[in-house]
Amino acid sequence: MTEELLKVRGLRTAFHTEAGAWPAVDGVDFTLRRGEILGLVGESGSGKSVTGFSLVGLIDAPGEVVAGEVIFDGTDLRQLDEEGLRQLRGNRIAMIFQDPLMTLNPVLRIGEQMMEAIQTHAKVSNAEARTRCREALEKVGIASAESRLDSYPHEFSGGMRQRVAIAIAMLNNPDLIIADEPTTALDVTIQGQILYRMQEVCRTLNTALIWITHDLGVVAELADRVAVMYAGRIVETGPVSEILSAPRHPYTQGLLQSMPGIAQPGARLQQIKGMAPSLTKRPSGCAFRPRCPNAIARCAEQAPDITTEGSRSYRCYVPIARESVPV
Amino acid sequence: MKTEETPVIELRNVHKRFEHRPDLAQRILALAGRPIDRRTVYAVNGVDLAIRRGEVLGLVGESGCGKSTLGRVVAGLHHQTEGEVLFKGQHADQLRGAERLAYILGVQMIFQDPQASLNPRQRVRQILSEALKVHKLSPRAEIPARVDRALSEVGLDSEYRERFSHQISGGQRQRIGIARALMVSPSFMVCDEPVAALDVSIQAQIINLFMDLREQHGFTYLFISHDLGVVRHISDRVAIMYLGKIVEISTAAEIFARANHPYTQALLAEVPDIARRGRTFIPIKGEIPSPLAPPSGCTFHPRCPHVMPVCKEQAPPLDLIAPGHWSACHLNHA
Repeated sequence: MTEELLKVRGLRTAFHTEAGAWPAVDGVDFTLRRGEILGLVGESGSGKSVTGFSLVGLIDAPGEVVAGEVIFDGTDLRQLDEEGLRQLRGNRIAMIFQDPLMTLNPVLRIGEQMMEAIQTHAKVSNAEARTRCREALEKVGIASAESRLDSYPHEFSGGMRQRVAIAIAMLNNPDLIIADEPTTALDVTIQGQILYRMQEVCRTLNTALIWITHDLGVVAELADRVAVMYAGRIVETGPVSEILSAPRHPYTQGLLQSMPGIAQPGARLQQIKGMAPSLTKRPSGCAFRPRCPNAIARCAEQAPDITTEGSRSYRCYVPIARESVPV
Repeated sequence: MKTEETPVIELRNVHKRFEHRPDLAQRILALAGRPIDRRTVYAVNGVDLAIRRGEVLGLVGESGCGKSTLGRVVAGLHHQTEGEVLFKGQHADQLRGAERLAYILGVQMIFQDPQASLNPRQRVRQILSEALKVHKLSPRAEIPARVDRALSEVGLDSEYRERFSHQISGGQRQRIGIARALMVSPSFMVCDEPVAALDVSIQAQIINLFMDLREQHGFTYLFISHDLGVVRHISDRVAIMYLGKIVEISTAAEIFARANHPYTQALLAEVPDIARRGRTFIPIKGEIPSPLAPPSGCTFHPRCPHVMPVCKEQAPPLDLIAPGHWSACHLNHA
């Protein structure tokens, strides 16, 4: 449980436009241990998905990973060529996307796509591959798995498709799964089923998981650690129990307070004023400054560095005092 | 329940079915003797509902349960297949002239996707003023002032007047959708997942706006959402819908404290809770069945942990189980 699996240092991903290069991910650092579940939280445009994609080299032009290290089990993934990455992806590192229709090929039967995922990475007979596929489908709770292998993606409902995507991700017993908003489009009861499967799988196989989401509720229940992203940076990270009960960064606190369910029903929700800045109009200094209730002059001059306190860290000059915790 | 004034909207045994109309080829084949495959979607399946003036009724359910269809029937965008819709005590179908206009304008709808509900080729001022012009509700000279007033009510600067919808962010676009509804001075708003597509911090702003508007104008809301957290926050009463039927309805406090129906209980258990850590997930099984072929008896029985033989045969009626609390479950009779 304590062995380090993934270490990301200074990751920067920029999108090149005629007006220059805009850093969607602007210096992200984090570490992930084997079997650990990290919730990567942020609003649209915070760079959380781009971070996930950057880790495995899935950034296409005009985007480019311009700096940083992604050390996965001792190897820097940024030094690997496309072939080296291909051997890792779908094998030791798997991804699950928000829209399973994007992952699944609409003109291939589920069984064919699943067997492809196995046979690309290992010499396995058709019969054995098919057996493994059937077992994988059973593991994610798909009934009559044997006959379902011959179905096409459109014959499944949204929740079942997502379970198929999870089954494919699990086929080669990966060390790391990167899941990008996999339950956002699903109903709560189906989301519950998916979370149940993911949790079970990660526990039994000691698979590390990066769960990219905007839903703090899911993170609270599922993850061991949380990293909150704002405007391309991780502004606060640490164990879920500490961060969500006693945030130090004003943005984390604002997010928590704007969730209905924390406030008394009917009371006004605490809101963060304004909206997240677009990639091309990030303010100088701390990007959260224009929306921050505690901003001081220094915040405009230079973006705050990381302050570490035990197992947690944050980027803020005027952090919220530990005592004044409303949550 | 105390005797009280006429509800703003009352639904009596409303059904809405969508039928697959045979196309030309099928009609020709039918002449040759091939039976026509008539498939019917039972979207709303017998709903009785009264919404009182000034209240916020939250309508909750999963995708495909018919909640949006019901909202559209209330707003007059769909005509019910069976049953009656009453607006302020009068049959909506029988309204004519000025009374019909009062219904159409008085009940406004806010949609989930503001991008899809705004004309991309019109500027905001055109979008907002269209209804006033069409219905000749205001002298032309006064329209710009009313546009500005609606914009300021939803917290937007008047510079937005000249913008196109693609020049506006998602949260602001939803404000435009609300401003458009405000233009015709409605009394009732049907909000169909109005915050589902928004980020948490923006969602809070829009929810606050809904509550401010209610305070200022005394609006009545039918607030459709799948997000129980949002519904709990904003609603006075909550109705839970499953496969075209309301299975439980009560005050928000009662529903969240003493949910009676097994489906409501399951839904509540699945709502992610920020205060719950490292939860072990034990989900309810299965998915919402297809409305093309609803299960017999209680439509929830294939997923219900307490299913009894009677559930497969008979649909349970919506019973009063406590003051102001109705639930449709055979367990209440057992």
